[in-house]
Amino acid sequence: MHPSQDPSGRLLLSGNEAVALSALHCGVALGTGYPGTPSTEILEGFSALGGKAQWAPNEKVAAEVALGAAFARARVLCTMKHVGLNVAADVLFTMTYSGVDGGYVLVVADDPGMASSQNEQDSRRYAEAAAAPMFEPADSQEAYDLLHTAFEVSERWQIPVLFRLTTRVSHSKSPVTPRFPLDALFPATGAPQPEFVRNIAGRVMVPGHAKPAHKRLRAKLADLQEWNEAEGPNRVERRSAALGVITSGISYHHVREAAPDASILKLGLSHPLPMKTLRDFASSVERCVVIEENDPWLATTCRAAGLAVEAKDDTIFRFGELNVDRVRRILAHDSSPEPEPPRGRPPELCAGCPHRSSFEVMKELDCIVSGDIGCYTLAALPPIAAMDMMIDMGAAVGMGLGLRHVLPRAQAKRVVSVIGDSTFLHGGLPGLVEMAYNPPETGHVLVILDNGTTAMTGQQEHPGTGRQLDGEATYQVSYEGMARAAGVTNVVTLNPIREKARFKELLAEALRKDELTVFIARSPCILAAGRIAAWEKERKAREAADAATPPCACDPDCGCGGPAGD
Amino acid sequence: MSATPISPINVRFAGLGGTGVIRASDIFADVAFRQGHTVKKAEVHGMSQRGGSVQSDVRFGAEVHSPMIPDGACDFLVVLEPTQVEVVRGGLRPGGVLLAPADIPAGKLPTSKALNVALLGRLSRHFDFPEQAWRASLRMHFNEKLHAANNQAFDLGRNS
Repeated sequence: MHPSQDPSGRLLLSGNEAVALSALHCGVALGTGYPGTPSTEILEGFSALGGKAQWAPNEKVAAEVALGAAFARARVLCTMKHVGLNVAADVLFTMTYSGVDGGYVLVVADDPGMASSQNEQDSRRYAEAAAAPMFEPADSQEAYDLLHTAFEVSERWQIPVLFRLTTRVSHSKSPVTPRFPLDALFPATGAPQPEFVRNIAGRVMVPGHAKPAHKRLRAKLADLQEWNEAEGPNRVERRSAALGVITSGISYHHVREAAPDASILKLGLSHPLPMKTLRDFASSVERCVVIEENDPWLATTCRAAGLAVEAKDDTIFRFGELNVDRVRRILAHDSSPEPEPPRGRPPELCAGCPHRSSFEVMKELDCIVSGDIGCYTLAALPPIAAMDMMIDMGAAVGMGLGLRHVLPRAQAKRVVSVIGDSTFLHGGLPGLVEMAYNPPETGHVLVILDNGTTAMTGQQEHPGTGRQLDGEATYQVSYEGMARAAGVTNVVTLNPIREKARFKELLAEALRKDELTVFIARSPCILAAGRIAAWEKERKAREAADAATPPCACDPDCGCGGPAGD
Repeated sequence: MSATPISPINVRFAGLGGTGVIRASDIFADVAFRQGHTVKKAEVHGMSQRGGSVQSDVRFGAEVHSPMIPDGACDFLVVLEPTQVEVVRGGLRPGGVLLAPADIPAGKLPTSKALNVALLGRLSRHFDFPEQAWRASLRMHFNEKLHAANNQAFDLGRNS
């Protein structure tokens, strides 16, 4: 990270870079997560700055690794996109009960407008449903500052905290004045020394322990709500008494520009809401409007409490992100049809992408393709148009099996599940087990598209690449081994470009048989191929050097780990 | 353009993934920021390497609120790919400045990849940022082996 610096020492950072720098300055001992736009650059930035950061196979595992670290009194950061929180929801809903001993901040990046997502779900609902505090920074400076506050809150109330970013906070750059120099590695912040202290009643959430834990959680939230009223990171800006706006996150900046004279209540900690502050503000202005993206969560909550606030017209403004023009319309009660944004060119699979070959083969064989999430989802668009469904990470396998179970035989025989390497490890693995456990009568075919990287989000490493987040070598998962271990006997590995004719022949044969077949279509992402080849060369050179090193000639107690000499 | 503008100056970069939109906007934002302006910059990543339309907004001035340029409020529109000119033209305010590949003398680019740098050179004429600030930012944002070609491309845009 080499950010621009202005003459007064301010840095020009994206929201994600600001979180990464703040994590370093907060003394975060471990960052973990799963890549997902718009959250990906946080852990990459934290690692580049010298922090310990790692990719987990999915968000649930990441949130659990983080929980273990927080039980051990560490400060820990966990990052994911909004739909990733669905995967991690199981641990979220109970770790608020157990609470934590260290500081635990879970960054969730929402994508209003779906710049790169399959839905525009609103994570504020999770804060309320799971009873987790939620911070909402509006720009990079707030992302930097509020992360400090989030750790203070997490440690003071011993509770995991949600930190909600949105696409325009994560990916917009704005000035940041940091509290420490850019290169200050872990300045003294009073981060506690990790230590295990047994607390069975507090951490084993059997009903007998969870019942009092739930009561403790509600008491913590009540206490935190009082703190939020008195000294929370919320701000009232008094301007005109004719118009007041309640808002949070990036919407605050749109409001400042669209209605420069409006009074504003800007929320920084939006759960638990400071209801008295909201009530006082609403009654202090003639007209009070709630400006929020996506769900009418804030407006509904205010109205349920009897506050006289206006909400946006959700027949129009619930969809997509807000901007200055849309905020002007909301404030003017203008619900006329909005101008259509110009139609740009849609993205497509790169020329030379190995996925092209794979989908051409499936298209030629008239397959019904149960697909998944990654670059290859672009194969659903014309001119390839060879993917029939895509819903969530890992669903390719289960949906394909469901189709096979009920379709007439002739159609069932055409069904193929197609999933990328990282997505398979994230959510497809239990589907593979299901495939072997409850095989359809017609058998099934699973194609794992292994391009050696998490291409979609910008070429991150994963457990199948043999490299960790920072490129360090590690164990490498074998898809072939996993398929065989699950009980699948037909396992075929081939290169979909160089062996396209063979792929077509073997796939046609697999579709004819009433058996289970797993194909691993292996060819590197063309954007990552150079990097992968360089790494492979380095690894081989290192292995050759290791093989050439004579065994240690010292005694068995020297601790070098090598075989003892004579 | 001199001193610090009160309402922000809005500069939008547009093109297709892989044409250097993000890089060009990073360099422009860097130059403006180092001159002491408040800068905000907004774009959508994610699919930018897959050949689809890409835009990046840079706003600078004494005070900038939203990082996104309102409809029809671009003071400058820098388009890096000919097919995208008509797609994004509507973003320009009346009297705003459009810079497009056609503004760069054909066949004079050291490499077609340097079109974004040449258009930055052309854009630089409209601001009083010191020339060495642009050159320094170009050096910082590119591999050393591209510096000579970039200087040539920047000259082509700025001086021809």
